[in-house]
Amino acid sequence: MSATATPPRTRRRPSRDTAGSPLLLGHGRLPRVLAGTALVVLAVVWLLPFVWAVLTSVQSEEDVNAPGLSPLKGAFTLDAYQQILERGNVSVWAFNSLLISALVTLVTVAVSTLAAYGFSRGTFRGRRALLAVTVAAIMVPPQLLVVPLFDQMTLFNLVDTYAAVILPQVVAPMMVFILKRFFDAVPKELEEAARIDGASEFRVFRSVVLPLSRPIVAAVAIFVFIGAWNNFMWPFVVTNDPDLMTLPVGLATVKDAYGIQYAQSMASALLAALPLIVVFLLFQRRIVNSVATTGLGGS
Amino acid sequence: MTTTAPLGTEDRTQSPAVPARGRRTALGRIRTGNGLVFVLPFLLVFALFMVWPIVQGIWMSFTDSSLALRDTHFVGLDNYTEAFGDPDVWSSLGNTLFFTVVSSVPLVVVALAMALLVHSGLAGQWAWRLSFFAPYLLPVTVVTMIWTWLYQPELGMANQLLDTFGIAPVGWLSDESVAMWSVAALTVWWTVGFNFLLYLAALQSLPTTFDEAAALDGAGAWRRLWSITLPQLRRTTGLVAMLQVLASLKVFDQIYILTKGGPNGSTRPVLEYVYDVGFTGYRLGYASAVSYLFFALIVLVSLVQLRLFRRED
Repeated sequence: MSATATPPRTRRRPSRDTAGSPLLLGHGRLPRVLAGTALVVLAVVWLLPFVWAVLTSVQSEEDVNAPGLSPLKGAFTLDAYQQILERGNVSVWAFNSLLISALVTLVTVAVSTLAAYGFSRGTFRGRRALLAVTVAAIMVPPQLLVVPLFDQMTLFNLVDTYAAVILPQVVAPMMVFILKRFFDAVPKELEEAARIDGASEFRVFRSVVLPLSRPIVAAVAIFVFIGAWNNFMWPFVVTNDPDLMTLPVGLATVKDAYGIQYAQSMASALLAALPLIVVFLLFQRRIVNSVATTGLGGS
Repeated sequence: MTTTAPLGTEDRTQSPAVPARGRRTALGRIRTGNGLVFVLPFLLVFALFMVWPIVQGIWMSFTDSSLALRDTHFVGLDNYTEAFGDPDVWSSLGNTLFFTVVSSVPLVVVALAMALLVHSGLAGQWAWRLSFFAPYLLPVTVVTMIWTWLYQPELGMANQLLDTFGIAPVGWLSDESVAMWSVAALTVWWTVGFNFLLYLAALQSLPTTFDEAAALDGAGAWRRLWSITLPQLRRTTGLVAMLQVLASLKVFDQIYILTKGGPNGSTRPVLEYVYDVGFTGYRLGYASAVSYLFFALIVLVSLVQLRLFRRED
């Protein structure tokens, strides 16, 4: 039985870099057609909401509100985008989102890499205990902290400030844990050489360990940025001033005000989505790989 | 504190395979100072914005703390006993659990199906990956705005499509018995990409030897999927399911924006109840108590899951 199956198979010995093992489907035509069809159907279902939103956003409100499969029949226009940008608050919120996400990312990455290095290489007392507390904190859902954090921000007189939005977001025990595990696995020979040459510990960290850890630090930065950009509940609770709101929060406050203006509603939603789609297209491979490593690292 | 004399020289002679447990002089350990200074900035923000609010929250849950009054009294276990007798706590908890079931199952099964299909060697990997993962990158408000439009009763895509097949329109967000399913559908569309990537990564790292051997013995694709690939994915499935249940239990954002918990409270999850009580009803103390009870439930669920996960191994 196996003798008949062997000849064609030995020809395509796994060239390792094709990663996806084509073996799964074998050579039969039927499984390929079935799998291909299922894949196309799923992809269409997943892309349809996007397509529908894009089509809606490039029409006049009248066309959208006309009965029938509306987004398919109106004339192309960018009126909705123009009206939104003229009104201005979307650009203010976009600026806030960018500023807040960038600052959160910068501070989180700095604080977390330093801490991870300290936990990985340090010898101070209570290191293990502090690390255990940090790991345990991964379990705490951020929503649990919203009420007392709001109380705290009231006490500090920080409600309705950038600081109030940013500060609680820079605590990322998960990221510390992921980075620490990575640093543990970095080969130690190079940094030993640097230490023998008399480099200070900070120098060792900055010039030896960090450059070796670029991919994981980039992955952490990307995830912190996406998380901060998409964060809703905390910025929503702590900002009332429309000039300080982030995009998700600002849009949520005016969502109902759009009423039946679905073209504008879709246009502003797509504008808010744009930066992340760009980030994803730029870093696709890195993001995909890091979901695998960090996602599983979180277990 | 630390020894400085024999700088690394003796470590060199040690085989690197032997984990160097010898404390101070171990390879790759800080020697100038003890490294505490690196951890200090983190400890500062951790203490201020994590430990403080946790402790503060516990304290608040024993008081009648309120947004309206600055005057706070210790009330003992009153908030907790009130929570156990509060029908709104139970109904919102029921909604949360219902959502967790109807969202988690498809979020695991669909993600697995997607990963298997994309991994099956058909062309265009990156395009499929992009289609399935892209929604995960969208802010919650964007997702809900798009779906509010899709679910719109007269002009929305969902009812328009039903109409072309001659099916009567559905009250996606206005019908109490449908609304939570609509929320779950949105959630599956939005977040399945993350689980999909976890599965895809697992599939790509599986050893192919068993699969090849079975293929040589003439096992068909379907048979190999059930007897080899799926059993190999057991661990990953356990992990994905575990992370998913915890994520689903914490549902709040999309429901709050999409339905505000309506119609008639039928989609209000327990975290929205916490928000309503705390920030709309001004009862911070009671809100804290409810959120800590809920946290206890989450810890319990995670412990049970960990137990099951361990036994699986």
